[in-house]
Order: sequence, then structure tokens, then C-alpha cells
Amino acid sequence: MSDLFIARGERLAARKVAGEMVILSADDSSLFVLNAVGASIWEAADGGTPLETIVDDIICRQYEIDRDTALRDTIEFVKALEAQGVMRTSNGAMVEGGDASSSGEEVR
Amino acid sequence: MGDLMQRVWDRALERRVPLAVQFDLTYRCNERCVHCYLDHDDHGEVTTAEVKDILDQLSAAGTLFLTLSGGELLLRKDFFELLTYARARRFDVKLKTNAILMGEREALRIRDLGVRQVQVSIYSHRAEVHDAITKVPGSLARSVAAIRFLAGHGLHVVIANVLMKPNASDYPGVRALAASLGVECSIDPTITPKMDGDTSIVSLRMDAPQLLQVFTDPSVAGEGFCATPAAIDTETLDSLPCSAGHTACYISPYGDIYPCVQFPLPSGNLRRQRFEEIWYDSPQLQEVRTIRMRDLPTCSSCSLVMNCTRCPGLAYMEGNMRGPSSADCDKSMLRASAAQEPGAAHHHAAVPSQGVPS
Repeated sequence: MSDLFIARGERLAARKVAGEMVILSADDSSLFVLNAVGASIWEAADGGTPLETIVDDIICRQYEIDRDTALRDTIEFVKALEAQGVMRTSNGAMVEGGDASSSGEEVR
Repeated sequence: MGDLMQRVWDRALERRVPLAVQFDLTYRCNERCVHCYLDHDDHGEVTTAEVKDILDQLSAAGTLFLTLSGGELLLRKDFFELLTYARARRFDVKLKTNAILMGEREALRIRDLGVRQVQVSIYSHRAEVHDAITKVPGSLARSVAAIRFLAGHGLHVVIANVLMKPNASDYPGVRALAASLGVECSIDPTITPKMDGDTSIVSLRMDAPQLLQVFTDPSVAGEGFCATPAAIDTETLDSLPCSAGHTACYISPYGDIYPCVQFPLPSGNLRRQRFEEIWYDSPQLQEVRTIRMRDLPTCSSCSLVMNCTRCPGLAYMEGNMRGPSSADCDKSMLRASAAQEPGAAHHHAAVPSQGVPS
């Protein structure tokens, strides 16, 4: 899975509110709320950073979890979001439709 | 509203996040509706660069729900540039438009940009009534054609049917029109004074018999303003009147911030201050935030409080943001009367009403 890349879905609104990522689908108004870990993954999903790098640099560094578990759980999480149209995965780098800096800043 | 969305609103309220903002990009309009509260002259509306900067500030402040309105949005030559910018910042965008400039190409662009909802104003299913209200011959046909484009391309379209004396009996026809177009329809009897304080258009509000007719119509019972608010209890008396100034605000085309589009209390200007400075520190917004139902000198002890959907903005326009709003008093009395009628349906809606803004 070393060449897996992840990107945020395109027809979505998203904003980080009080540490959680609130995501809303333009197509069917489906609502998703990601916790702090999920929000970190969402923010890092720029389409150009390998998932393993995201796990190493963000998940393992910020949370006390072993790498294998973190990688397995992250892939499972990302696949679940992909099934809902919230995230995309690819074996190559992707170009995001939305602005990578647009996922919102921490709101006090 | 679902539990998850309620939790989002609750957390936004706890952290004072301006989760929902209506931003009118222009007051210019290609219709001249008889009930409109706006001055349509351009007194120096925000530039493209200013709008983008404001959107950046809103994004940083936590705004998710962005309603773009006017005036008529499509009169701004930079409309699609701004919409593209807003969607790139991942706002959940809702548009309010009369749509008479909307062709298939525009509808497709709006769909492709991921707009979640388009609200189109329709006053009557009869052209002679609708066009007399907009003062634009052919406007009903053009708006309906646009709705077909929008709905045909899969957009979520809501017909906004503002009710007033000239069209009070036409809402069943508008609802049937909406059904035939495969779109939603909402009715609203709110007519507000003009923003300069001129109250002449208030005379267009439906009269008591017309309102009572709506309240006793089983086909709209429980919908929108026809729904009986939830019973007031101790908790409700300690609650907030609405989201204005707490999790929502309004921005005019001149950069003025108000608690709500229906609450024209000047609270700051984005040409002189940053959004967060106004949102967190404006004395006017802080004043609005102190209002609790329990503190309202007249309304908290009114026998009709259980039937009331009091709007603090309308009360402000009548001179006291803590006072009653007479239009809501009238509606409350008539709603109570309607509930007494034999066979009246009782439907309750939660207050304050919040969710995915619809």
C-alpha cells in the first residue's frame, strides 16, 4: 500500500469547527463529522502526499499508536469515507479540484 | 434536524462560531418587487477583491453555511468568479435568485461548482399576478424556465413563495407548480419595512382573514410558519430567541455586518474592521447576545408565548429588540385561533429552528 494517495472529495463543503471536521455533501446533504484524528487525515489528504507519509508524519507523531496499527486503521477509515464519496484514493498522485488550503482553520 | 447536525450547531454556539452567514453581493436588481425592502441603487458595493478577502475571513472564522443573495446575484459580472472562489474555500453554498437571467449554461455551471441549493422567488403560478409583483413582464415564464434548467441538472431547487395581499390566495397554485417541476416550495408571509425605515410596504402584509385562511388550511398545516412552536418551558425561557448574532450574521454589499438580514442593527463594517474583530467584540452583537426569552418584558408573560415565533429583528425594527414584534403577535393570535377551530391539525416545530439551512 506504499503508493496509496488520498484526496478530499470534490462536491463537498467542509469546515473545522471546535476541533472536528464538519463535511456536507452538495448532492444529498449528507453530513459527516470527523473527530480530531479524522480531521487531521482529511486536512492532509491533498492528493499528492502518500498515505504512509501522512500516517508517519501526522498520526504516529501526534497520537501514541504503533505504525502498523495506525496504517491499517487509516486505510480502513479512508476506504469507508471513499465509499461515501467523501474521499478519493489512487495508486498515483492526484490533483485536487478544491483548494488544498481550504479545509478550514482551527476555530476557537 | 438530526442529532449530528444539532451537535454541530451546539458546539458552534458554545464556541461562538459564525456557522451561517448570508452575504448579499449586490442590492441591484432586475425586478422591482412591490414588497422589496432594498434600495437598488449601487452605493459602492464590495469589489471582487473585497469579497474574496471577506470569504477568506469567514472561512477562518468557521463559517460553513454561506447564503449568497441580493438584489439579483447574476447582475454581478464577477458572480461566477466569486462562486468559484467560495466553493474552492469549501463553503456550503446556497443561492437566492429570481433566476430570470439563468439559462442552461448558468445552471450547468452552478451545478458543476457544487452549490447545494438554489432558492428561486415565485409569487404566483399566474403570470398576471407574479409579473405585477415583480413589475417585469414575462418574469414568471423566465423564472420557471430557469427552474426547469436547474432541476433538470439535478440541483436542489426551492421555490420561495412570499405571501402578501396581492397573492395571498395563490400559494396552492404555486405549490402545485413546484410539484409539477419536481422542486420544493416554502411559503413565508414576512414583509419587513425598508432598510431606511420606510414602513409603507408593511401595508402589503396579509390581513387577518388571509392569514387565518392559511393557518386553517390542512395542506400547509405544520409547515414553516404555520407550525405551532414547541411549548415554552423553563428551559426555553432561558434559551436564545434565535441564532442571529450567536451562530449567524448578515453582510451587506457595502460590507456592513448585521445580526441577520431581518435585524438591521449596524454592528460593524468590513471595510474598516476585520470580521473576527466585529464578530467577537462588536458592542451591538454583544448586546444581542444578552437577550433571553425570560428577559423580554412583554413577551415572557404573554399568554400566547406558546404560539409565538417572535423575531427579535422585526421587534428591533419596531423600536425595541426586547419588545414584541407586532407582525408575530398577529400571527400568534391567529395561529391560536386556528388551533381552536374544529378539526384543526396540531403540529409542533422545534424553536429555534436550525439545521442544515434549507
